Amino acid sequence: MCIPFQIRSYIALACLLSLFTCGCGAADGARTTAAPRQTQITITGASTIAPLMGEIGKRFEAEHPGIRVDVQTGGSSRGVADARNGLADIGMVSRDLKPDEADLQRFLIARDGVCIILHAENPVQSLSREQIISIYTGQTRNWKAVGGRDAPITVVNKAEGRSTLEVFATHFKINTKEIHADVVIGDNEQGVKTVAGNPLAIGYVSIGTAEVDREGGVPIRLLSLNEVEASVKNVRNGTFPMSRTLNLVTKTPPEGTIKELIDFASSSKVHDLVKELSFVPID
Amino acid sequence: MFRSTRDRFLSLTLHGLAAVSGLIVVLVLAFVLQESSPVLSRVMLSRFLTDGSWHPAADAAEGAFNLLPIVVGTLLSSAGAVVLATPLGILSAVFIQFYAPLHLARWYRRMIELLAGIPSVVFGLWGLVVLVPLIARIHPPGQSLFTGIVILTLMILPTVALLSNAAMAAVPREIVSGCAALGLSRRTTAFLIIIPAAKSGLTTAAILGLVRAIGETMAVVMVCGNVVRMPGSLFDPIRTLTSTIALEMSYARGVHRSSLFFCGLVLLLVVTGLIAVAEIVSRRQLHGPV
Repeated sequence: MCIPFQIRSYIALACLLSLFTCGCGAADGARTTAAPRQTQITITGASTIAPLMGEIGKRFEAEHPGIRVDVQTGGSSRGVADARNGLADIGMVSRDLKPDEADLQRFLIARDGVCIILHAENPVQSLSREQIISIYTGQTRNWKAVGGRDAPITVVNKAEGRSTLEVFATHFKINTKEIHADVVIGDNEQGVKTVAGNPLAIGYVSIGTAEVDREGGVPIRLLSLNEVEASVKNVRNGTFPMSRTLNLVTKTPPEGTIKELIDFASSSKVHDLVKELSFVPID
Repeated sequence: MFRSTRDRFLSLTLHGLAAVSGLIVVLVLAFVLQESSPVLSRVMLSRFLTDGSWHPAADAAEGAFNLLPIVVGTLLSSAGAVVLATPLGILSAVFIQFYAPLHLARWYRRMIELLAGIPSVVFGLWGLVVLVPLIARIHPPGQSLFTGIVILTLMILPTVALLSNAAMAAVPREIVSGCAALGLSRRTTAFLIIIPAAKSGLTTAAILGLVRAIGETMAVVMVCGNVVRMPGSLFDPIRTLTSTIALEMSYARGVHRSSLFFCGLVLLLVVTGLIAVAEIVSRRQLHGPV
């Protein structure tokens, strides 16, 4: 009774193992015997765009069997350099191109906007550029100094290396080492929850996330910057100041699979992925 | 004859599987070491203690790599949680073993098992939307060492309680019967006889709780504030090693990425040290004078 059971379980295990190895073999076979056109597309550059391109690449691979999309990070400047000297087929650049980069072909795939948020109960309606810098560098520590209640300010900052922090610090020209934070957060949703739970908090998050949450009834206020209302609409039309473009660049006008991938990345087929990562899709 | 071949086969399989488990630990250690080598080769070890702050995103020369506040934050929050959870866990085990009626004890134990099964992100979310605003009213910003300790205590309490219960249940029944025969009260039996007898198991329970608290990430990221600064009071924010990795890994590259692996290495060393201490303590209690 016990012997056949054990033997049976060994057989089952062996079958499972062989199935597993067969599966691997089959996948390898498919990959090596693919059509003779370009089978691997290498993309390098901005770490902000990398997660998005990774997802887009996966969807592209599913629609185009036999093609592999390899996404590597290394910063916008690496994206430019790699695209220029041919190390990568496509470079990712999370800012507008500089004048000396005009030799590259540029394709806008999404925009990224960041806005300052306060708790809805905070009486402060607007803050000037200088006031925001002073709050974030720890010189202003009380809401009274900027027209609010007599209460300490809770400064919510993003973790080191986050792209939202980069946009914020670049826009206000603050060195990240000078920021005096009371709370450090990771993703945008955590930022919204932190500010919504603390009437004395000030934070900054992606506009996409903030807008959806405010419409969902979360008690936060999105501050205007330079009199421009913080909204997805204003990021999309390029008027909101604390925003940037997310681009793909190539050395020569793209053709073949590379063109297909770039067209795919700027099409409405990937808008859900763009929104999922809190970016703003372009029309 | 047949039986012995089967035994040999089984023994070989088990040896193989055990080797795989052991090998995984070695491989993890080797991998973490290899991944942290870029930062170790470019940043002096002493800089992890003496740099002005934690800003590893810049290059090795310009960045700052002070890990000390992070290690201190990790140890303070976990130690605080163990200090609160251990007495509570042991008392709950005493309740199950000596005071609760059989029926209640069974249900109570099930409740604790259920508590152990609640995912950490639920604790974190509850902490962020309920506990943090509550504490912020007394002491803004609310995300603090104190909040972290409270959440971690809730999380490790079931671990400590269940393991303490198991340790007490493992005390030989003759001792309990002996106590009864001597006419000792339940209180004396529990606190003066059984707890000392189960000391080594209870220590293990506390250490495992501590290790779980050190390794906890999701909930801690949400309620601790995550500012890399030496906490001056219970209501200051802290950063732990695991939250550093979780918060920064998605955008880290180069030396920054490598320094996060170094955080992992430090974490491994801290946990190894604690397990070694636990081993020594429980061995001394087993073999030394009681």
